Amino acid sequence: MPTSRKLYGTRLRVLSILTAVVLTGGFALAAFYAPIEADQGFSQKIFYLHVPLAIVSLCGFIFGGICAIQYLRTNDPRHDLRAYTAIHQSLIFCAAALVTGSIWAKAAWGQWWVWDEPTLVSFLIVFLLYATYQPLRFSIEDPEKQSRYAAVFAIVAGAFVPLNFLAVRLANPLIHPRVLNTSGGSLPGDMRVAFYTCVVGVALLFVTLWKYEMTAKHNRAQLRSLKRKLGGPDAAAIRGRSAAPRVSAS
Amino acid sequence: MSDKLPTNGGYVAAAYLVFLAVLLVYFAIMATRASRLERELSEVNRLADEAIEGPSADPGAPDAEPVNAGGEA
Repeated sequence: MPTSRKLYGTRLRVLSILTAVVLTGGFALAAFYAPIEADQGFSQKIFYLHVPLAIVSLCGFIFGGICAIQYLRTNDPRHDLRAYTAIHQSLIFCAAALVTGSIWAKAAWGQWWVWDEPTLVSFLIVFLLYATYQPLRFSIEDPEKQSRYAAVFAIVAGAFVPLNFLAVRLANPLIHPRVLNTSGGSLPGDMRVAFYTCVVGVALLFVTLWKYEMTAKHNRAQLRSLKRKLGGPDAAAIRGRSAAPRVSAS
Repeated sequence: MSDKLPTNGGYVAAAYLVFLAVLLVYFAIMATRASRLERELSEVNRLADEAIEGPSADPGAPDAEPVNAGGEA
């Protein structure tokens, strides 16, 4: 059996296949099943990628905040690792949402970015806020302090995400459409099916990548612990300062 | 159906290609890490072999058990 299969396990493989199927199905529905929007035309197809990425990244930041609360309550480093991985991944999804949104803005409005639009600017603020998470961790040498300060940051920033979302809802939109609202959204049925499939697909992608990262970090920690026990060079000790949490092998 | 790409089709293709590129870069980084992990695993295997063949010279020692997880023994 290949080593990689042993390292990551069967459940993760099943989850990966499910993610690939749902994501491909969602994009296929968006391309071939969902009708072309009357106002924006074909460029509206970016919506099925951009909006799920934005929603999942914001949920990931909130999940990171919840894990950070768990860390402060229990002092269990596994929760710190979960928060770190979730925020790290959400940041990548957030960057992808910004880039795809910018491309969509150019196609629909003729401009790459509109500074007057609260939805766009607030999303950029959230991205920039979380972009300071890694430098914050890296600036603190003591691992215990690093985890604690990072957890406080993740909680405060995590609370800011829904507040920010609400504030944007209350503001008057300039040109950015409101897809999800209290009256059930303005999407027709065909578009809604494709859209929700894409949201589920992107959410599954997030969970799969998060699980891969977590498993890889645990495996690495266990290997280093084994190496120490066998008298090999202690990689954790010689690697110096790092933004990543130090994972225990247990 | 027309063979021509619809208006603004280039932007749609660019957005999805950006997503694909991000995914591919992510997968490449994860693959690099996995291969590094496998290298470390074989190093641990080597250290375990050395430990077994060392002072105790007891291949049936219980300490030898976990290091066979790499499947290379």
